[in-house]
Amino acid sequence: MAKDKLVIIGNGMAPGRMLEHLFEKAPDAYDVTIFNAEPRVNYDRIMLSPVLAGEKSYEEIVIHGDGWYAEHGVMLYKGHKIVEIDRTAKTVRSEHGEVAPYDKLVIATGSMPFVIPVPGHNLPGVLTYRDLDDVNAMLLAARDGGDAVVIGGGLLGLEAAAGLMNQGMKVTVVHLMPTLMERQLDTAAGYLLQRELESRGMTVLTKANTKEIVGPDKVRALRLEDGTEIKADLVIMAVGIRPNGILAKEAGLDVNRGIVVDAHMRTSDPDILSVGECAEVSGICYGLVAPLYQMANVAADTLAGDASRPFKDSSTATRLKVTGVNLYSAGDFAEGEDREEIVLRDATAGVYKRLVLKDNKVIGAVLYGETADGPWFFDLIKNGEDIAEKRETLIFGQAYQGGSPLDPMAAVAALPDEAEICGCNGVCKSKIVSTITSKGLTSLDDVRAHTKASASCGSCTGLVEQLMALTLGDSYNPAAVQPMCTCTDLGHDDVRRLIIAKELKTIPQVMQELEWKTSCGCAKCRPALNYYLVCDWPSEYADDYQSRFINERVHANIQKDGTYSVVPRMWGGVTSAAELRAIADVVDKYAIPTVKVTGGQRIDMLGVKKEDLPAVWGDLGRAGFVSGHAYAKGLRTVKTCVGTDWCRFGTQDSTGLGIRIEKFMWGSWTPAKVKMAVSGCPRNCAEATCKDVGVICVDSGFEIHFAGAAGLDIKGTEVLGLVKTEDEALEHIVAVVQMYREQARYLERIYKWAKRVGYDEIRRQIMEDDERRKAYFDRFVFSQKFAQVDPWSERASGKDKHEFKPMATLSLEAAE
Amino acid sequence: MNAMTGSWLRVGDINDIPRRGARCVKHGDMTIAVFRTHDDRVYALEDKCPHRNGPLSQGIVHDGCVTCPLHNWVISLETGRATGADEGATTTYPVRLDGTTILLSLKPAKVD
Repeated sequence: MAKDKLVIIGNGMAPGRMLEHLFEKAPDAYDVTIFNAEPRVNYDRIMLSPVLAGEKSYEEIVIHGDGWYAEHGVMLYKGHKIVEIDRTAKTVRSEHGEVAPYDKLVIATGSMPFVIPVPGHNLPGVLTYRDLDDVNAMLLAARDGGDAVVIGGGLLGLEAAAGLMNQGMKVTVVHLMPTLMERQLDTAAGYLLQRELESRGMTVLTKANTKEIVGPDKVRALRLEDGTEIKADLVIMAVGIRPNGILAKEAGLDVNRGIVVDAHMRTSDPDILSVGECAEVSGICYGLVAPLYQMANVAADTLAGDASRPFKDSSTATRLKVTGVNLYSAGDFAEGEDREEIVLRDATAGVYKRLVLKDNKVIGAVLYGETADGPWFFDLIKNGEDIAEKRETLIFGQAYQGGSPLDPMAAVAALPDEAEICGCNGVCKSKIVSTITSKGLTSLDDVRAHTKASASCGSCTGLVEQLMALTLGDSYNPAAVQPMCTCTDLGHDDVRRLIIAKELKTIPQVMQELEWKTSCGCAKCRPALNYYLVCDWPSEYADDYQSRFINERVHANIQKDGTYSVVPRMWGGVTSAAELRAIADVVDKYAIPTVKVTGGQRIDMLGVKKEDLPAVWGDLGRAGFVSGHAYAKGLRTVKTCVGTDWCRFGTQDSTGLGIRIEKFMWGSWTPAKVKMAVSGCPRNCAEATCKDVGVICVDSGFEIHFAGAAGLDIKGTEVLGLVKTEDEALEHIVAVVQMYREQARYLERIYKWAKRVGYDEIRRQIMEDDERRKAYFDRFVFSQKFAQVDPWSERASGKDKHEFKPMATLSLEAAE
Repeated sequence: MNAMTGSWLRVGDINDIPRRGARCVKHGDMTIAVFRTHDDRVYALEDKCPHRNGPLSQGIVHDGCVTCPLHNWVISLETGRATGADEGATTTYPVRLDGTTILLSLKPAKVD
């Protein structure tokens, strides 16, 4: 029987959660197709602020990677916006003309940022804060520094402001109301927050009404009603959101503020559901994640034919994700005649706590500065517990009840089983504890994977870790480093440190001294140890070829059929008729099936038999070729453009510099591959700004870049610094690579190492500390004495010849 | 040169194979990988990973296992079986040492 077709418009967090729940409940009920107007997978929008602040990367906030869709047979159209729903034919149509039929349709179009229609609102430089594109645009704008104005002092606006400040911009927040975050905070906490942000250098203007954004060509300033003008290179509008019900309205569905749905998420058409910020239940549209996830679960139930758990409005708690600011609010904290309040202030410690009571029950809580008791208060609010007996000590928090000492572990231990730990995903204490026990979980990542607790905004991570410590006892050690492999408990950094400290110079010595648990290691630790020893003791260590991956052992790249590919070096991507002729001859002579131009500006010969390799190298060597190390965790290529030799825009001899770098650095082993490029001008034809190390030539010299990536991850480079001469450029490049060689973990690319060590620290050591840079440079030069031996010519002359031919060839009769 | 010793074929000397390494023996279309461990034990497996036919002879040898160079499956040299979560087995062949001479039998060892 053909499965029903489920089509989903939108790929945000709510439909993502809905599908997870649906696949759990009724895994085979539907063929699922998703149309996502954004060209990407489902990511955690709550975490955009940490991305903006530079504390997390996009990859870290992906909820469902491409593999998840494949695994569940979901057809995901990325970058396909749906423009029409035809309810009669039961189809949807995308702007690219894709038409998909549905049996059930879920509209999850989310919301649109509200743009105040003041003059100048559509000038370049005016942005909203809603999705990853907005964040990327902000990051780009922030690169040049300058002044930013954020309109809106709510949760989102303040997170954007803090993020931009982190990125080095001067930030002013313009807020219409008298205090910040007035929907979540009372005036006292709003004031404390304002003071804290101001002390960090943010300017906050309250009761400020925007009149105009001043242009004319791009944003120049912001003018307020009272005439004040604030200089601005960037304006962020974060004044609220509007549910996006356009498509639903055009299709004739009932739409008020949002798309009207019943308690089972059904719209006025029973075959069409809606979830997320675009949906309106009992007259309310939601924007926080907990109720949206509840909608998602209800919708999944409905799709699976279960109507037992209708949507119920419940109070929600909020945290501000600005590093260093602790803020928690929950429930209703407006003042009123029938209400009482308990307030605790500790000015020196910067603590403010306020509980709002009604009929001896807690109905609202605002915590500033110290928020650990937030979940406990939230629990009291939700359960409506009578607090008459603990009233005297209530404000001091949970741990204070019964006079127990103020120990956070005791506080967590005392939480009732149904206490909500993760507000985003609605995970309670008992669920976490029972999952840890039943599945034998030992790491935070495991708990996130199995329970979803702390997997969204992460603000409950501390609580989850405390729960893990409580449940697992001493066996849980959150600070534990990831061991290199199962052969040892030591991490890469410790091993590298001990190799130097104890002067360990062979693999068996390392394994003995560092108490390896296996007799001769494994395929993970041996190549790593071999690299560390090659790097640290270049003149003394004898390379252990049996600890190298096959590619580095035979100096060619193994292919899926067991043949190899051969890539000779073409310095700086420059070649000649003689070289091309030699390659052509080799291809003919050895019947090499495929010849391909690589991304690194050279030529790859694929499908070479292992037995032929030494002869192929011999022939190539006679034409002057050496190994291109296309197989190595080492220096690969230096791409170049034609620079001043030919290009009318070239500012320096980029080809010459690229060749010089490649000739200087070839043969060096590195923790992971190293790809470089030199561009002759900022037009950057050699694409130097996504390389491990890149150079952009400018009139005044050479701008050195590092830590780019264009593989699994895509990341633009960081600027190391500007130097005047080619000699200096070479010295700086070599030094940063040597620093990486000495510090990185095996298989860790430069961009990951740099992120871990800190860009500023690297700049400090390479750009500012001349002595240290020189020392790095000298150590690299010393190690090159032993590394710059062409492995191909050695092997063409007979080295390791056993490696390349069979030990024996049995005649067929012998086997009879 | 492949002298017969009963059903055992002489295929080479143990010193032809590096410790923690392997060398190949060709037999018609088939290749058999002969492994030498760090403590000089020898094993013979068909040179095909049960996963995607990767050449096991090219892998890293460690603790009685070899890690396939294509996708890092870890195969037991003694049983030919994939270890850990992976499932599958490659054919093993009896092999023994006579002094330093390696003797191989082409009759596949029984997999129980």
